[in-house]
Amino acid sequence: MKGLNPAAVSEVTYTADEMMTVAAARVLRERMTCFVGIGLPSAAANLARATHAPGLVLIYESGTIGAKPAELPLSIGDGILAETADAVVSVPEIFNYWLQPGRIDIGFLGAAQIDKFGNINTTVIGADYEHPRVRLPGAGGAPEIAASCREVIVVVRQSSRSFVERVDFVTSVGYGSGPGDRERLGLTGAGPKKIITDLGVLEPDPATLQFTLTGLFPGVSAAAAKERTGWDLAVAPDPEIIAGPSPAELAALRNLQGGTAHPPKEHH
Amino acid sequence: MAEIVSLAEAVERAIHDGDAVAMEGFTHLIPFAAGHEVIRQRRRDLTLIRMTPDLIYDQIIGAGCARKLIFSWGGNPGVGSLHRFRDAVEHAWPVTLEIEEHSHAGMANRYVAGASGLPFAVLRGYNGTGLESLNGDHESAPTIKPITCPFTGETLTAVAAIRPDVAVIHAQCADLSGNVQLWGIAGVQKEAVLAAQRSVVTVEEIVDHLDPRAGAVVLPSWTVSYVAHVAGGAHPSYALGYSVRDNDYYVAWDAIGRDRDAFARWLDEHVYAVPAGQS
Repeated sequence: MKGLNPAAVSEVTYTADEMMTVAAARVLRERMTCFVGIGLPSAAANLARATHAPGLVLIYESGTIGAKPAELPLSIGDGILAETADAVVSVPEIFNYWLQPGRIDIGFLGAAQIDKFGNINTTVIGADYEHPRVRLPGAGGAPEIAASCREVIVVVRQSSRSFVERVDFVTSVGYGSGPGDRERLGLTGAGPKKIITDLGVLEPDPATLQFTLTGLFPGVSAAAAKERTGWDLAVAPDPEIIAGPSPAELAALRNLQGGTAHPPKEHH
Repeated sequence: MAEIVSLAEAVERAIHDGDAVAMEGFTHLIPFAAGHEVIRQRRRDLTLIRMTPDLIYDQIIGAGCARKLIFSWGGNPGVGSLHRFRDAVEHAWPVTLEIEEHSHAGMANRYVAGASGLPFAVLRGYNGTGLESLNGDHESAPTIKPITCPFTGETLTAVAAIRPDVAVIHAQCADLSGNVQLWGIAGVQKEAVLAAQRSVVTVEEIVDHLDPRAGAVVLPSWTVSYVAHVAGGAHPSYALGYSVRDNDYYVAWDAIGRDRDAFARWLDEHVYAVPAGQS
């Protein structure tokens, strides 16, 4: 009886979430400093550290700088983060001394809603703040991460409900209403450079700063991505077809998640 | 000088109906046992202050103890929503809950201002966010406003100080004189205690003398009102060196918090029917 070739199987068998996490991890480079949100961003940042960027510095808002968890934490303050960190500082210190002056290269954020200018909503769904349709968790560290990290990467599953023309509430500013807004608002970081979804990658058009589809995961069509976007999504002339996860990337990701009591979820 | 008393006595004496109470602990060292005692003593009309309401405030809000929440991130970390908090905001159940929301950086700086005896703190933050316009327009008491740097002319953001009536924290150790020591993720506990009029500290253990420990936060006895010995008083949060975070509890809470009846049963079985310090 012929056995399956495990390598061949692992090359082709992966979920859309795994592809998204792998693609997000690939953005991170050795020795970068990365302010990590919980959930999908944390999974991606830890995957990068477990594969091509072992010297990546993970910073969590709990004040753990240079955390090196061997398995994914459920929260941003699990004991494993403090025990493996280069330094543990107070919460005022992490925001005032470390984030605010622009010391951190990349902010890695999730979103409940995101718009074509990369503005993020994690506060309320519905136009009436006083009577929200859905009350979301709120801002956390995100507004200042989005303002002050040198660059921001957003990792979020794509749907026409979450990718909207205009967010119901601006929790964290991307490019505001377009070119010039970040400068006018005095935001020191460059803003969101990529939105990585379970379908592909969006990047801001250099002229309009509207997010444009520039990359697709294997087997995903631009039409499918447009279908799952609530604004009229522009598609780059020749979107890159992003390579699927390598066996090593998949194995490392599953190893990280295998160690967690529970895989990360989005908040909503 | 801190008095070393029982948990029930500490809550009885320090926390009164209508107080502004800050129970802090950033994922680590969350004072759950003290929170449960507040529910058990049926405090009402509290203004609850906390960066991450977490399960502790989900429980206190669900029990009907609060009329206002001041916070910056109200989710169940890594799991999802705080359903009692959402039910209060979305459906005014069990009572209407007024909210005042900030970012973490804003809340942290508000505590720093409170601890520093200043009326406000300055940061680069909120620019262009809905939080700024929402809070700046707040008719009763705005807590976010632009401020011009007197040296450079740059426009920065001022946030109003937080000065709670009571701060409640959990720590690893206190000594017999009531000096408190905590370490690991230290959050904003020092700032919360120093910003508050009164404070309650529950501890894993009371020792004869505190061992000096590099990097630990020490709150001298004369900055603390009451110390109560409550081993395991942070569960399902944790005390580094004593316990680990009970992630299964956080996951299981989702189903309990989601359902009003399941929550009422949980309150009866795990809070009202249990003596102070044992929930």
